[in-house]
Amino acid sequence: MTYMLGRKALDEIEAVLQQDLSDVGVDCIFLIDMAGNVIANLDNGEIKHDIYSLAALAAGNFAAVSTMARIIGEDEFSLLFHKGEKESIHFSKVLSDFLLITIFAKGISLGFLRLKVAEATEKIKRILEPFYTT
Amino acid sequence: MAFVNLKKKEVQAKIVYYGPGRGGKTTNLEYIYNKFNKRIKTEMVTIKTHGDRTLFFDFLPFDVGKIRGYAVKIQLYTVPGQVKYDATRRLVLRGVDGIVFVADSMAVRREKNILSLKNLQKNLATFRKSIFRIPIVLQYNKRDLAEQGIPLLSLQMLEQDLNSKLKAPYFEASALSGSNVVATLKRIIWMTMSSLLKELK
Repeated sequence: MTYMLGRKALDEIEAVLQQDLSDVGVDCIFLIDMAGNVIANLDNGEIKHDIYSLAALAAGNFAAVSTMARIIGEDEFSLLFHKGEKESIHFSKVLSDFLLITIFAKGISLGFLRLKVAEATEKIKRILEPFYTT
Repeated sequence: MAFVNLKKKEVQAKIVYYGPGRGGKTTNLEYIYNKFNKRIKTEMVTIKTHGDRTLFFDFLPFDVGKIRGYAVKIQLYTVPGQVKYDATRRLVLRGVDGIVFVADSMAVRREKNILSLKNLQKNLATFRKSIFRIPIVLQYNKRDLAEQGIPLLSLQMLEQDLNSKLKAPYFEASALSGSNVVATLKRIIWMTMSSLLKELK
């Protein structure tokens, strides 16, 4: 199954990521699919992360954690978040085939980030739904 | 699942190297990484055990260049081959667009090759994909071991065991020396892109 996203949808997604997340101080945001493909990414200009490797690892990590959840009788975990000294990383599922990953510094609280991610996720869902065929 | 980005004019597709443990999947990727080092701008990602066995996956992004005006980015993955990592193999297979099945030519690995191919078929089915419809190339690896007097499966036997129904293209190879590694890769990229173009029509 191959899917395509046009300029309009990608511009709308990037606008959401910019306004809801980048503008409030999130350092790096990327939207990927569960195969590890990068759909959109934004950063603060100072970040030089290898986005493609991060995407592959994030998809694998999320899939592994989801499988663990099912083994222990959970549908899924509501929070997947790794805390670092300076930077932390948060994962949020969008529909069933996409992941929104945010990398943020100490200055942003997890609670605030989760709020903004939830808002952004709802908007991205509405953009992606017309293309969603699975 | 391949992703076509119409804004950036870019196609991303996923190719997975599958096969029994110690068959040469990681060695294939390592050879490709070393050979195309100047073109591949990132490091190869490997998640492995202390004993150098693949634990989760290896990952190598590979820019093929432009096809019909679209920049083609191939994500190459390997899976862990050991039997106990079946759940992990399933995760890595998600969204796969093309497969290289790396079979071990050593005579003692005959059974493992067959079991691994059956395992691939089963795991593809969990994503509602058929091994008969997905682009797949067989690589009969370790052919160089014949020079060391190690008993190998004949080409006929490998074909009979693994390819009698699939009828997929195959290459005799040595991932360690690099023989036919690039040829295998080129073939699977060509098959995967052809399949994607058909789907997009």
